[in-house]
Amino acid sequence: MSNASTKRKGGFPNPLQWLGAATLGMLGEIGRLSIFTGKTMGAAFTPRWYGAQIVRQMIAIGFYSLPVVGLSAVFIGAALALNIYSGGSRFGAEQFVPNIVVLGITRELGVTITGLMLAGRVSAGIAAEIGAMRVTEQIDALKTLSANPFRYLYAPRFLAGILTLPLLVLIADIIGVMGGWAVSTLGLGFDSTTYLRNTLDFLTWQDVTVGLIKAVVFGAVIAVMGCYHGDKSSAGATGVGRAATFAMVGAAVLILAFNYLISTLLVDFGS
Amino acid sequence: MSTGALLEIKDVHKSFGPKQVLKGVNLDVAPGKSLVVLGGSGSGKSVMLKNALGLMTPDKGQIIFNGEDVTHDQGKTREQMRARIGMLFQSAALFDSLTVWENIAFRLLNSDRMKRKEAKERAIATLKQVRLGSDVADLTPAEISGGMQKRVGLARAIVSKPELIFFDEPTTGLDPITADAINDLIVEQTKALGAAAVSITHDMASARKIADEIAMLFEGVIIWRGPASEIDNSGNAHVDQFVHGRADGPIQPAL
Repeated sequence: MSNASTKRKGGFPNPLQWLGAATLGMLGEIGRLSIFTGKTMGAAFTPRWYGAQIVRQMIAIGFYSLPVVGLSAVFIGAALALNIYSGGSRFGAEQFVPNIVVLGITRELGVTITGLMLAGRVSAGIAAEIGAMRVTEQIDALKTLSANPFRYLYAPRFLAGILTLPLLVLIADIIGVMGGWAVSTLGLGFDSTTYLRNTLDFLTWQDVTVGLIKAVVFGAVIAVMGCYHGDKSSAGATGVGRAATFAMVGAAVLILAFNYLISTLLVDFGS
Repeated sequence: MSTGALLEIKDVHKSFGPKQVLKGVNLDVAPGKSLVVLGGSGSGKSVMLKNALGLMTPDKGQIIFNGEDVTHDQGKTREQMRARIGMLFQSAALFDSLTVWENIAFRLLNSDRMKRKEAKERAIATLKQVRLGSDVADLTPAEISGGMQKRVGLARAIVSKPELIFFDEPTTGLDPITADAINDLIVEQTKALGAAAVSITHDMASARKIADEIAMLFEGVIIWRGPASEIDNSGNAHVDQFVHGRADGPIQPAL
């Protein structure tokens, strides 16, 4: 339905027609994204695999994200410890800082912050790269050279996303907890050994597992959103810019939505 | 039914929304022959080429390669067709992340599973065929000029010794001397391979040099076709206007 058909004579849009057009547009987008995701997963989990491309993407997505993930995690851990100490002191619960920091980091903040940072750094980057390839006919060239873009471009990024995100989250968890430890021992008067013992005693493998399950899903979301928006990028710098923006925003929203969904499903896991 | 043509485009229609770009294009090219399709900006030349290559699917009509209908086939038959064709894109479309030799040897490495050492030797030999030295083999596309990128694109198109090569505006964006050198290379390499060629262009100098036959696409249909030697005496007002580059005539400038 064209925009013109949703407008009334005076130029104001008919709300019902506008709502209908928006709903149809959204359903169409969900359908296209679902088909694209299915094709990407099909290519990722069946041969043939391009090993060199997968390794290259693991380095690009995983290794080069270490600084941003590490810095984000240390500040989040530090801020979390301060806030828990400040809030907990209102009812004499300051001693729970190590427990709440480790629980918050492993189950929630480590993975969410890592996911959101990578939505910006990686998803937008993938969309811009694929979008530029689309508008310069490199994806058409791939097809004429008998290479399937889903196998050569998208599956390696998908596999790199689901393999490296859990590793990054593990690192973010450790650095985040150490951020809380540093603030607590250097600024809040906690004993270092006691803090670390409390942390390790309270931590369960289920807490870490919940974060890692989320990480796999977030890795898939980041890669798919980047590839999808890049692939449907329209011509020109504006089109590539829009693809990067849509990929980043879409990945960030989906990460938060899946975070809630997985938390709901796993709320009793390990409790 | 085989007509002896290597590639046949039969009654191909293609629309984008309400805009009808191709309205029944009919063309064919015989083995070893060079066909140039002329047409103004927005006349549908690139759309026709993408339909022939299987990068787009016609709304109606057929694409027949070597007697086999590949119109809707994205499977083995289409793959077999692509293994026998080469394509030089307008922008060369070299892969930024790969070196020059990896671009040239892309099909050899990824489709034919050739060993890297052997593929590199073949790529460098093909570089020499397009008058480039082995010193550019390890550079990336961003490190070479536009004319060199076109030569690398041509090397990539011919490295697997195709039977049919498509050229999309091969001289666009090049100075007249470099453009002429590219035209010479196209003629030399297609003749050496004995390959058929389908080129789309609006560069008359290029068309005269590389074509055995010329066809003119206007408003989604082929309005004239004949030997390259007859282009100046076509008897068609549209062709005459295009050949002489006049603003006045039946073709309205794409402003």
